[in-house]
Amino acid sequence: MSTAGPLPPFDRNDPIGIDDVLSAEEKAIRGAVRNLCETKVQPHIADWFESGVIDDPRALMKEFGGLGLLGMHLEGYGCAGMSAVDYGLACLELEACDSGIRSMVSVQGSLAMFAIWRWGTEEQKQEWLPGMAAGDRIGCFGLTEPDHGSDPGSMRTRAKKDGTDWVLNGRKMWITNGTIADVAVVWAQTDEGIRGFVVPTDTPGFSAPEIKHKMSLRASVTSELVLDDVRLPEEAAFPEVRGLKGPLSCLNEARYGIVWGAMGAARSSFDAALQYTMEREQFGKPIAGFQLTQKKLADMSLELIKGELLALHIGRRKDNGTCRPEHVSYGKLNNVREAIEICRTARTMLGANGISLEFPVIRHANNLESVLTYEGTVEMHTLVVGQALTGEAAFR
Amino acid sequence: MNIVVCVKYVPDAQSDRTFNDSDKTTDRESVDGLLSELDEYAVEEALKLVEAGEGEVTVVTVGPDQAADAVKKALQMGADKAVHISDEAIHGSDAPATSLVLAEAIKKIGSPDLVLCGLASTDGTMSVVPAMLAERLGLPQVTQASELSVEGDAVKIRRDGDVASETIEASLPCLVSVTDQINEPRYPSFKGIMAAKKKPVETWTLADLGVDAGQVGLDNSWTKVLEFTKRPPREQGEIVKDEGDGGSKLAEFLASRKFI
Repeated sequence: MSTAGPLPPFDRNDPIGIDDVLSAEEKAIRGAVRNLCETKVQPHIADWFESGVIDDPRALMKEFGGLGLLGMHLEGYGCAGMSAVDYGLACLELEACDSGIRSMVSVQGSLAMFAIWRWGTEEQKQEWLPGMAAGDRIGCFGLTEPDHGSDPGSMRTRAKKDGTDWVLNGRKMWITNGTIADVAVVWAQTDEGIRGFVVPTDTPGFSAPEIKHKMSLRASVTSELVLDDVRLPEEAAFPEVRGLKGPLSCLNEARYGIVWGAMGAARSSFDAALQYTMEREQFGKPIAGFQLTQKKLADMSLELIKGELLALHIGRRKDNGTCRPEHVSYGKLNNVREAIEICRTARTMLGANGISLEFPVIRHANNLESVLTYEGTVEMHTLVVGQALTGEAAFR
Repeated sequence: MNIVVCVKYVPDAQSDRTFNDSDKTTDRESVDGLLSELDEYAVEEALKLVEAGEGEVTVVTVGPDQAADAVKKALQMGADKAVHISDEAIHGSDAPATSLVLAEAIKKIGSPDLVLCGLASTDGTMSVVPAMLAERLGLPQVTQASELSVEGDAVKIRRDGDVASETIEASLPCLVSVTDQINEPRYPSFKGIMAAKKKPVETWTLADLGVDAGQVGLDNSWTKVLEFTKRPPREQGEIVKDEGDGGSKLAEFLASRKFI
């Protein structure tokens, strides 16, 4: 046993010292995202959530592009070429601000840009990726339909050949960034199975009405995509990929970001609860001094640490090429479930203040209701883990 | 235009800063350090000048091993290269000794067209190193610039005082210190953070500069901290009862503090 010098002080913000295993660059990247969020998003986020409108989403996307956030884990075409852990740290900071803001970045980078980067032709990449990386052009990703969510293979949106053209008809639902998008990656049934199409949103027959009356992800544009005889040239299709492998590969990227992001929402709520309970006095002392409060704080802190370590471990595997889709399911299943629990517990600790937008907790808790089911519901990820453990598929 | 920016690694002002009990020097161990925020304005101004024309920005710092973090931040912001002077013998140096080391380092770097400094460090807050450095380098000094422009071989600055703003001109090469009003320092972008990994950082000792250890350090400094006490708790504010003269009393208070 070595006993070298005095012990480092306990750091409430990093109780077990996870920062020790992050490089200086990783910490710098985290700091850069945190700073951007603090200056450009945090001052407005409660108002955006309350009104259900982001003041100027295009300007915000440009800010994100300027920093290098959009498609940051992709190589080339103006993308920053960072690691999976870098991307995860960025997602955590974005979601510590708001899940809707992290969704805006995830959909742009991990769904729309990744789809084009992974499956697109060289021309499609050259046409779209640099502008999307800079935040000048916004992308969305259309897979889910009004009647087809967990079972996307049964989708009804169809692309038919007409001469050399493709003609798309159908509807997509719950599409982040849809109304403000310049380009939509749309997945549709064809005679050769499911194929992906790069659809400029000014194509006649395409419209993207915004979905209103949400109680979650209110600081996020959510839309329906309506495809009514949308005629596209042959070059609009992704050339090779067929079947669900195409869209699922993209979802796996975005889910990976959620593994980290959810811990951001949880951290923000935990911080709010810790600070509040240390200041709020009842029965003559801070409520943080009561055993029931301390149990909540200790349990929240434990789950936060476990979730962060899980995210970091999966991220390191992703960077060395050993991350399987099941790993991401383990991460998403655990971290979103625990994050929403942390946020709900934080909400109880703030009493009535817990429901006010003056504090972030009810906003995070409500946002995570969406995160819990999008990009694979708890049930689907549970079945993925179940299949991995038993070899038995229980999906149908 | 080649610019040298002097930067300092300081304890984070957000933390509880203190002194070492043993030699009464600043405690740089128990508190995380960073690039002095006031120096970020000097780095930003240098970057803007070079980006508008051509040339190179070199950052220089004097400090312990961890001070490499301060130059790294400047490199991430966009500076081209860095020099870090690190030597046990420098520990405890006061402003005159520090300015000597900086002056010798700048001479070794070459003859910059412009030397930029921040308004003051956020730990020592003495604000004297720029003037001392200019004197040692034999450069004209124009300090506390809230605005800076370069035309031909002259720099023009605006210095804001309590009652007037002065416009001052000096010929290049010269030394300018800048205030926190001059610009809005950029935050490093991801590309900047990645690019900084490949930028050259030279680490020099006193021997590399030809400075004798007997000229610097705590024992050879002109000033020393003899003792320190914790800041007393804040006193209660003054409550002015409005007996018809509340307005004028408030105005008097603000005027006495030079707020109006």
